Formats: sequence, C-alpha cells, structure tokens
Amino acid sequence: MNRYPLWKYVIIAAALLFGAVYTVPNFFGEAPAVQVSSQRPTVKVDAELLRRVEGVLASAGVAYEAAYLDVVGLNVTARVRMSDTDTQIRARDALESALNPDAKDPTYVVALNLLSRSPRWLATVGALPMYLGLDLRGGVHFLMQVNTAEAVTKRLDALVGDLRTLLREKEVRHAGIARVGDRLEIRFREEETRKKADGVIRDSLSDLALREDTSGADLVLVATLTPAAAKAVADGALKQNITTLHNRINELGVAEPVIQQQGADRVVVQLPGVQDTARAKDIIGRTATLEARLVDVSGEGQAAVTGTSPVPFGSERFTVGRGAPVVLKKDVIFSGQQLQGAQATFDENQRPAVSIDLNESAGRHLRKVSRENIKKPMAIVLFEKGRGEVLTVATIQDELGSRFRITGLDSTQLANDLALLLRAGALAAPMDIIEERTIGPSLGKENIERGFNATLYGFIAIAVFMVFYYRVFGLISVAGLTVNVGMLVGLLSLLQATLTLPGIAAVALTLGMAIDANVLINERVREELRRGATAQQAITQGYDRAFATILDSNITTLIAGVFLFMLGSGPIRGFAVVHCLGILTSIFSAVFVSRGIVNLVYGSRRRLATLSVGQVWKPGTSGA
Amino acid sequence: MEFFRISRTIPFMRYSRILNAISLITFLIAVGAIVARGLSLSIEFTGGTVMEIGYPQAADLGKVRTAIEAKDWGEFQVQSFGTSRDVLIRLPVQPGVSAGQQAEEVMATLRAQDPGVELRRVEFVGPAVGEELAHDGTLALLLVCFGIMVYLALRFEWKFSVAAIIANLHDVILVIGFFAIFQWEFSVPTLAALLAVLGYSVNESVIIFDRVREHFRTMRKATVTEVIDSAITATISRTMITHGSTLAMTLSILFLGGPALHSFALALSIGIGLSIYSSIFVAAAIAMYLGVRREDLVKPVKKEDAGQEIVP
Repeated sequence: MNRYPLWKYVIIAAALLFGAVYTVPNFFGEAPAVQVSSQRPTVKVDAELLRRVEGVLASAGVAYEAAYLDVVGLNVTARVRMSDTDTQIRARDALESALNPDAKDPTYVVALNLLSRSPRWLATVGALPMYLGLDLRGGVHFLMQVNTAEAVTKRLDALVGDLRTLLREKEVRHAGIARVGDRLEIRFREEETRKKADGVIRDSLSDLALREDTSGADLVLVATLTPAAAKAVADGALKQNITTLHNRINELGVAEPVIQQQGADRVVVQLPGVQDTARAKDIIGRTATLEARLVDVSGEGQAAVTGTSPVPFGSERFTVGRGAPVVLKKDVIFSGQQLQGAQATFDENQRPAVSIDLNESAGRHLRKVSRENIKKPMAIVLFEKGRGEVLTVATIQDELGSRFRITGLDSTQLANDLALLLRAGALAAPMDIIEERTIGPSLGKENIERGFNATLYGFIAIAVFMVFYYRVFGLISVAGLTVNVGMLVGLLSLLQATLTLPGIAAVALTLGMAIDANVLINERVREELRRGATAQQAITQGYDRAFATILDSNITTLIAGVFLFMLGSGPIRGFAVVHCLGILTSIFSAVFVSRGIVNLVYGSRRRLATLSVGQVWKPGTSGA
Repeated sequence: MEFFRISRTIPFMRYSRILNAISLITFLIAVGAIVARGLSLSIEFTGGTVMEIGYPQAADLGKVRTAIEAKDWGEFQVQSFGTSRDVLIRLPVQPGVSAGQQAEEVMATLRAQDPGVELRRVEFVGPAVGEELAHDGTLALLLVCFGIMVYLALRFEWKFSVAAIIANLHDVILVIGFFAIFQWEFSVPTLAALLAVLGYSVNESVIIFDRVREHFRTMRKATVTEVIDSAITATISRTMITHGSTLAMTLSILFLGGPALHSFALALSIGIGLSIYSSIFVAAAIAMYLGVRREDLVKPVKKEDAGQEIVP
C-alpha cells in the first residue's frame, strides 16, 4: 500500500496554493500609470492629495481605472492607473499644471510609470509581480565607483583646522600642522608641549591615533585616523553619496529608480524607462563637492587676483565662476557634507535669496568664523573633477549660525539654480561611472518574449516526450514539473527578486534539469517491475532508491549554484538565485508532489497488476 | 515503448582505452587552441563600449565601418547581430571620453547617413571591472571544483572525486576550446553556463558512481570492470533521456532565446552533450585506472560479509 497521511496532502495543497497565488500577479501585465511624489521633505503625500488628484483628473475629463496611495516605508506616492498611454500622457500634463503652478519650483514630481493590473487583494497578501530587470524593460544602468580615499583625505584636512582650534583653545603652542599623505604632522619646539598636546588631543579627538616621531631632528607628533574612524568616514561618504543620488534622481522624475550599495565602495543606479542617457548622466554623474571658504583679503592675496604676483601660502586662486577670479584661503569653513538643505527664498526686501541649513558642528564653526570676519567676503566653491568653480561670493553681514541666507542675488532663476547646485553638490566623495548600460524599450519587450517562448517550447517538447514515453507516470512527472515552475515563480515573486534575461534562462535550465529526478524515479520503477516486483512494491522501491541518487546529484549542482551566487554580480547573481531555488523546488516537486499524485492514483488499489509507466521490456532468457 | 532494450551488460570499459586516447588528444587540441588563439572575450571582461543599433532595412556594415574609422579610436568591431538589420559595434576604452559621449558621436554620424537608425543598447565597462570579473570567474570555477571534490570524497571516496573532477574539467576545457577555435564571444553568461555545466556534469558522474556502489554491494562475485559496466548499462537509459530533455531545453533557448542568450545556450548545449560522453567513458574509466575496489565503497557492516568478499 502506498498512502500518504492527510498532513502530507495538506502540505502539497498549501504549496500549490502558494505557487498559484504568488505566480498569478505576473500574468496580469502592466498598465500605464502616473505617479505623484513629493519633491520637498515638508510636503507630505496623503489622502488629501489623492482627493485633489482625483478632482483634477475628473475636471480635466481624463478617465482612469484606479487611484490609490502606495506606501513603501516612509515613502508615500499617489498612483493612478490608466487604460492606455494616451490618457497617461494627458493625465500627466493635467496633473503637472494643476499641482505645480510654478514650473520653476515644483512641489511635486509627476512621473510616468507602469503598474501591475493584478487585483488589489493580491497585493495586500504580498503577491506582487516580479520586478523586471533593465534588460527586460529597458532603461539605464550605471555602476559608480566612490572614491572613499578622497573622503578620508578631506576628513584629515578638516581635522587640521580642528587641531589648530583645539591647541589654541588649550593654549598649547605648536610650530605648525600639516597633512602629509594620509597622516597629520604636528611640530613642536619643546618636548613638554608635545607631551601636553598628546594628552589634549587624546582627550578630545578620539578619531586620531597618535605616535611620536623620533626619526627626524624636529619634535613631531604624527596623527593618523584610527582604522575604525577611517572606515566610518568611508561608509559615511558612501551613504551620503547615495542620499545625494536619491535627491538628484528625484529631480529627474524617474518612477522606480534603484540606488543600491554594491560592495564596499560602489553604487548601482538603475533608471527603468529612461532613454535620455545624456540627461540622466548629466544629473547623476555630476561628481561635484562643495566648500565654503573665506576670501583672502590680505594685500598679497588681492595682488594675486590678477595672476601676476604669486598666490600667498595657504591660499588658492580660482578663475572660473561667478565672482572669479578670486583668491580664497585654503581653510574650509563648511563642506557639502555638512550642508543639510538649500532653498530658494526671498529676503525682507522681496529680493531673491537662498537659505542654507547646516548641521550643528558646521553651524558652530561658522558662527565663530563669521564673528571674526564680519564685512569680509566668503565664497562657495563647487569642485568638479578636481576643478573648482566659484558659485557665489557674498559678504558676511552679521554673525551667522547653522541657518543663514545668501542675499543680493539678481534673479529668482539664479536663486533656484544656486539652491539646486548647493543641494545637488553635497557629494561627500567623488564618483566615477565604471559601467554603463542602456537598453531600449523595444529590445526589452523582445527579450521577454524570446525568453518566455524558449522556455514554453522547451517545456512542451519535454512534456510531450515524457507523456509519450512514460504514459501515466509521464503525465504525473509533467504535473510535478508544472508545480515546480509555479512554486519557483511564486517564490521569486514573494522574494521580489528582479527577473532578468539570464534569470529566465535559469528557469528554463532548471526545468530541463528538474526532469532528471522524474526520469530517475520512472526508470527505477520500471527496473523494479522488470525484476518482477509487484506494482505497489515497485512504487515504494523505485521512489526510495531514486531518492538517494536525486539528493546526491542535486547537492553537487547546488554547490556550483552557491559559488556562482557568492562570486557573481548583477545578472549572474540573478541566474544563480533562480538556479539554487529551482533545485530546491525541483527536489520537492519530483520527490514529494509526484509521489503524492502516484499514491492518489495507484496507492489505494489493493489488486494493482500493472503500472502505466510505458512498456516494460523484459530481456528474454539472460537476466542481469 | 522502451528505447533501450539491453539484454546483457555492455562492455563499455573494453573501449575505454581507445576512447580515452581520443579524449586526451581532443583535450590537448582544446588546450592548444586556448593558448594559441585565446578567447574572444566580451567587453565585460576587457572593458570598452558596445553599441547595438537597429536599422529599418538591412544595414550597410561597410558604411558603418567607415564612419567609425574616421573617429580614429583604435581597434573596433562592426558585425551584424541576430538579423541583418541589427548591428553590434565594439569600441575600445577611450581615455578622457565617456561611453555616452562615444555613443552619441557615433550615433550623430550614423544619423547623418541614415536618419532611420535607432540606438537599442549601449554598454560600457571600465577596465578595472573587467579584471575583477575575470578574477572572480576563475575563483568561482576553482571553488566549485574544490567544493564538489570535497563533497564526493565525503560521500564516496577520493578516487571517485578525482575521477569526477577530471571528467568534468575535461568537459569544461573542451567547451572553452570550442569557444577558442571558433572565436565565439566569451561573455559573463557563458561563464555562468560553464559553471552550470560543471555542476550538471558532476551530477551525471554521481549517478553512475551511485550505481557502481550499489552493484558492488549486490554483485559480490563480479570483477571491478564488470561492476562498472553493469552500472553504466543500468543507467544508460536514464542518462540518454535526461540529457535529451535538458538538451531540448537548451536548444530551445539557443534557437528561440535570441542573440542575448546565444553564447550561454551554446556553451550549455555543447557542455551537456559532452557530459554524456565524459561521465560514461572518462569518469568511470579514470576511477577504474585509479584502482577502485569494493572495500573502498562497501563499508563492512558485518564481519562475516567482509570475510566472504575476499574469497571469490
């Protein structure tokens, strides 16, 4: 007798239901949609806005299928689904003009998007379609390398200033502080002061590791960043860059951008649906950093402006930008890293201005610097690829804090541009694009179709052969294989894995390889029959004996899959994930599900004479 | 219906020497080709820019070539891709010029020739990324070999694990050899396919070894050669049917999957074809040469059994 207890059938039924529910959303396809998100941190997208959106669409006479709020973490967007792309464009234009009366200073980002047509109740149980990779939907992919070493260098430069202030405050006299490569050298005249400085620095700057340099004639204290601090700086720089990229990309109005850290110092940016690479790159590839510095108003400094006399030590001459040429001190008052926000506003006299928010430490520092330098000019410089461009030179009118304004700008346009540049310029470390891919939308569609067809026809060929060769057992194998695909796709959808073309290929390959388990079982069953076992015995023995072999062979394949996952990147990783999951689902479906069906069909028949496993040919006289 | 009506054990091992000599020769040819011709690595490994462009009518490759030649960027390639209307252009890395700029320049020139041209895909990979990929790929290949060997040594015996790895590396090297001889493009998906072939091919050897172990248990009086022959005979039907099915799938990808999956499917198809041969004639034969014995696999459960086994 081959019977399964009820609980095993319950598991199988649960697996089938799971596969069905989570696979289904992938087949509804996608509908054109418009997505509204907030451009400003102070403006929230809520039910109020949704009502407004619906009102605008109704008054514009644009028909829509559904409108709802989509909540992903803290990020809320209003989404409206349409039946076709024409209405989508009309809806976008209507919303754009209604929600953003001032096109120069948009409050909301209105973007075109695609939404799944699957019913809402499926989404509420987490059944969402798989996210399509760029090779299937078209778009732009960038891999950016963040120069974290640069961030560390900048941090050291900032520490030079901190050290100077600290030693002055504690009244420790030093003979100069300089950065040499990745370390800081502080010179002293007496051994006593060096000892004192050592203690003072250890107490207040825990990021620095100190040691006394005894090699030269000078009394030198060498300070380096502790490994932990250096790592924190590098990590912080990467995070800051990702945030900045988010802001910049929001300004592009891309529907569902992917911005992810990859490895220790890389960032992947994927912009689905974007075709205008030049513009995208222009905005995200702007590898700029910001610095605010004092103008060198000394006699030598002013003389050096024209470029005829040498630039004094500790200053630098800038020739590009508004207010250039100008000679600026090298000391940085605050940098883009410390900038928290910049908005275009108006001052008391209704003239355009830019209001700037700094973090607390930068605010404190600026307060001190500005107090000492009232009525003196200060400049903000944008560094792009090592070249500095002066954004603005303004005179310090008063003591400034963590919130201040740059006034006296000529036009609102200028204020907007400056605010945008200040916001966007807040990159902590320079980045370079090291990999770039653009896939046209038509190619994406073709890829889906090809991948799907290849899998379908391969599957049909296998199914026809199996049924033809193994009859009822073949049919059961095909049923098991179908369950396998369902579970695999369901699992991938549940994990919200990104489906790529290699991923589709992996599904196809998994199917081709999963049939192996079924063939092993069917052949074993035949073999048992050939040996003269009864039908029921043949089922039991066939499945049991095949199982050990199936396990062994799949584990070796799994080893290959796991290493592929660990060492691969991007699409190869996707391939490996599908491959590994596919091995697991195929063991389950071939061994457990197909046995369940066999038991259901044959298991309870007491007098079972034959099994429909195709013709079992017995060798005539010579038995093996 | 049954395809394989085998009434007696086929003496596979009788042919093993001559077939293994052929294997060795083809293996050496493959290694020679890899060394002499090298692989036509895709830009994912070498770094550079690839553009895929589409024309509404059959493309004039000559005109495209002249247009790019005028840029004087060094060695480049123009070839049709999939259909005669699609063209693939490979450009070397240009210091100081970004891939986007490169692509824009090319497109501007080509649009001047024919306004119907459409940019379908641009891919740019920096040289450092390529080196890393090649490094990671080699590492993955080695780790997979190592992992499989350890597993087989634990599950079976070291002789089997050595035999299986030699047989499978034989497959992988031959597939790479094909890519070297015909100068097919070796891309990252090809590498993934190779690793899948490695896993798949081992799977094949495992199934035969499993039978060998079982037959060592059941066929007490048979010689090692007889046991191996009977194990292969018992599994041959399954080997053919499974491989036929998997091959049906990879061929389906090869013919219907489009150019993006072409080299992937090609590597898989060849690899799977070879793994049938290697698991039968290479893996089992090497295990035999290494001197597999019954005692290696059948751990004596009872003392009497062990005693009986020594006496024929």
